[in-house]
Amino acid sequence: MIYTNFPYPLSTTHNQQRQRTTTMKALILVGGFGTRLRPLTLSLPKPLVPFANKPMVMHQVEALKEAGVDHVVLAVNYRAEIMEDEMRQHAERLGIQITISQEKEPLGTAGPLKLAESILRDGEPFFVLNSDVICNFPFTDLIAFHKNHGCEGTILVTKVEEPSKYGVVVSDQETGRIQRFVEKPQVFVGNRINAGLYIFNPEILDRIELRPTSIEQEIFPAMAAANNLYAMDLPGFWMDVGQPPDYLKGLVLYLSSVHATAPETLAAADNSDYEIVGPCLIHPSAKIGRGCKIGPHVVIGPNTTIGAGCRLQRCAIFEGVQVKAHAWLHSAIIGWRSTVGAWARLEGVTVLGEDVNVKDELYLNGARVLPHKSIKASVAEPAIIM
Amino acid sequence: MDTTAFRSSSPTPSERASTDFVAREMSEAAIAVTGVQRSATQQDAHAKNVKAVIIVGGPKHGTQFRPLSLKCPMPLFPVAGMPLVMHHINAISKVDAVSEIILLGKYPENMFADLVVDAKRQTGIAVRYLQEYTELGTAGGLYHYRDLILRGKPDVMLVMHGNLCCDFPLQDILRFHTNVASGKHTTIMAVKARKDQAHQYGNIVADSSTNAIMHYVEKPSTCVSCDVNGGVYAFSPDIIDQIKEVFVRQLDMGVEGAIHFENDIFPKLAGSGQAFVFKFDGFWSQVKSAGSAVYANRFYLSLYRSNDPTQLAQATADGPTIVGDVSIHPSARIHPSAKIGPNVTIGPYCTVEEGVRIKDSIVLKNCHVEKNACILNSIIGWSSVVRAWSRVEGSPVGADPNNPSTHIMQKALFNQEGKLEPNISVLGEGVTVDEGRMLLHTLVLPNKEITRDHKNEIIL
Repeated sequence: MIYTNFPYPLSTTHNQQRQRTTTMKALILVGGFGTRLRPLTLSLPKPLVPFANKPMVMHQVEALKEAGVDHVVLAVNYRAEIMEDEMRQHAERLGIQITISQEKEPLGTAGPLKLAESILRDGEPFFVLNSDVICNFPFTDLIAFHKNHGCEGTILVTKVEEPSKYGVVVSDQETGRIQRFVEKPQVFVGNRINAGLYIFNPEILDRIELRPTSIEQEIFPAMAAANNLYAMDLPGFWMDVGQPPDYLKGLVLYLSSVHATAPETLAAADNSDYEIVGPCLIHPSAKIGRGCKIGPHVVIGPNTTIGAGCRLQRCAIFEGVQVKAHAWLHSAIIGWRSTVGAWARLEGVTVLGEDVNVKDELYLNGARVLPHKSIKASVAEPAIIM
Repeated sequence: MDTTAFRSSSPTPSERASTDFVAREMSEAAIAVTGVQRSATQQDAHAKNVKAVIIVGGPKHGTQFRPLSLKCPMPLFPVAGMPLVMHHINAISKVDAVSEIILLGKYPENMFADLVVDAKRQTGIAVRYLQEYTELGTAGGLYHYRDLILRGKPDVMLVMHGNLCCDFPLQDILRFHTNVASGKHTTIMAVKARKDQAHQYGNIVADSSTNAIMHYVEKPSTCVSCDVNGGVYAFSPDIIDQIKEVFVRQLDMGVEGAIHFENDIFPKLAGSGQAFVFKFDGFWSQVKSAGSAVYANRFYLSLYRSNDPTQLAQATADGPTIVGDVSIHPSARIHPSAKIGPNVTIGPYCTVEEGVRIKDSIVLKNCHVEKNACILNSIIGWSSVVRAWSRVEGSPVGADPNNPSTHIMQKALFNQEGKLEPNISVLGEGVTVDEGRMLLHTLVLPNKEITRDHKNEIIL
């Protein structure tokens, strides 16, 4: 059975010679349409949905490049020309190669590795990342840890408060060698879960067949049984931002982390016209009105207009959005080129798709609004507006 | 001389205020003379001496108006910038031949002292408040104070309920009353109700040619007629005898209860040929709940638009944005960047900061609304503070303001699942809403500080 077209490269004119002695490859598991992040993913493929004013996938790609990766494979199971165009530009900008590996039908989380075997198998370890994950991406440390134990694979693990909701990784405290995986443990066995970021030696490809396969359920247990899988603690924050509530949680963690590591990159009020509270990112092209109070944890995208006297907290404003005067936003994602009316109040993880128009003085609580809608009445309880 | 011309030459309320008593007596004499002449020649009789009685009820009523009635008797609640019954008084003052206005109720007299003084000054008519020792009922109070009411021998008594919001057609009722019959008869103003709402009122069936009432039933279980009692009556002095009959009968039985026109008098008058219906198809509604006060506010503001536009706020170059009908007390300070209206009344000594939005609401005396706050379909109680970016929002009452025959139904506060029905939001006196907080369909009792969001709640 043929599952795929052969991976096709997006940048063929890659002639920059890297100075590093070794170069590495990485595969990002993008998967399907990103339905969990609708209505945003109705307008753009999930990897291109902005997170902190940058396409989500570029946080990973840039961190990979920093760690010495020169070829990134995006494993997708749909064709999106807009993604190919945009990734080509990013590849050229970063001077790396980006290849899209398209599955004809979904291959799970392991199958895509086999599909891209011809790229990944070059004798060096390679990275595999779940595309929804946002963290500080300690890839250089991960390489060092992985080479130190010398076995087939290392997965990053992150500490969670409620391990009973996840699959817990039980590993040796000294060495990090994984003993077993326990799915949703009813008694406490540990508080580390799979963070969805891995590094493998090429031998892992021998364990995988070209068919739909789950790496977590079918490949990892066998590797752990063979004492060939290690866990490394992920320092700092971690969030799977695949759905709107977690997207906003991730934004809070990300901005707080930036505040601790590189506060100079965050927004600062350059005059007394408006006030910034806590860590925020404001694109230089955004226009902020008089008397606004912005933050904490707000990201404002390019070519946006925020009217006078707005109050924004814990929200993401995408490119081209207009928020009219005196609006109040808390826990909201405002999709590209949408308009929020004057004195509107949006809260409770309200997500506006692309080009949505919310009339003046309305109240939206937990509304998910599909693209190109005009909202003329308040939505007091969470609802999907078709 | 036709009646219209005659009325237009009579003094306006403000002129009356400045005329002295003698002049007023003379003008009444002139009316009386003309009336006699006309009744003799054209069968169009005029009342010579009219007394107006406003039944204001007592503290037992107005519970639906809490938390506002905890501070202010409902008849005195400011609607469109003046106490509700002041709108009655203004309508009465436009009627020729009214010699005295009597407010009748169970509220302590001192509560009405200011109103009586203001009403006298503004209308130039004698105004007095008579306090019932107990709730005597709509007719019982009239009977108790019969000597005071009949003093000066009025030939017609105009009686109306205090909880109405209406473009009172008093002159028309009087003309109808004096011409439909002579002697001991009663006129009831009827309004149209929707068939599904009519059973909540007094249902009137009348002869379509003579307007004589054939049947009257108060709050039947099913709709008997869509013509319902509008709470405005014209009585001949003999009505006192009718009440006396009931009183004496009650006394005989050893009961001393309240006497109501609606239950004890009107059903008896129906079919006697002594009661007539005056059908009014203009705007009419009862004011019982806070929601209906917002509705009444809207109506009286629109009435200013046609009758007295000087009562309405005008947009100015350096003032706030004014949308539709808005009344702002001269002592209130409104930031020019605020947007106010339509259907808003802002009371004395209020401060409204920059970027504030107020719509379909009443803001009572001495409130402070901070920057960028938004108030929709709400009543903000006396001396309340609405902090920056907070939002107080209600839903409009169901009635269609463009259809005079859909009246506001006093629906239950809670639905069948025990949840609060969406209604307007009301802040009692001295409430503070913290920055950025939201109140939706919420009633807040006095002197609370709101530190989190509330929806469909009553905050004790």
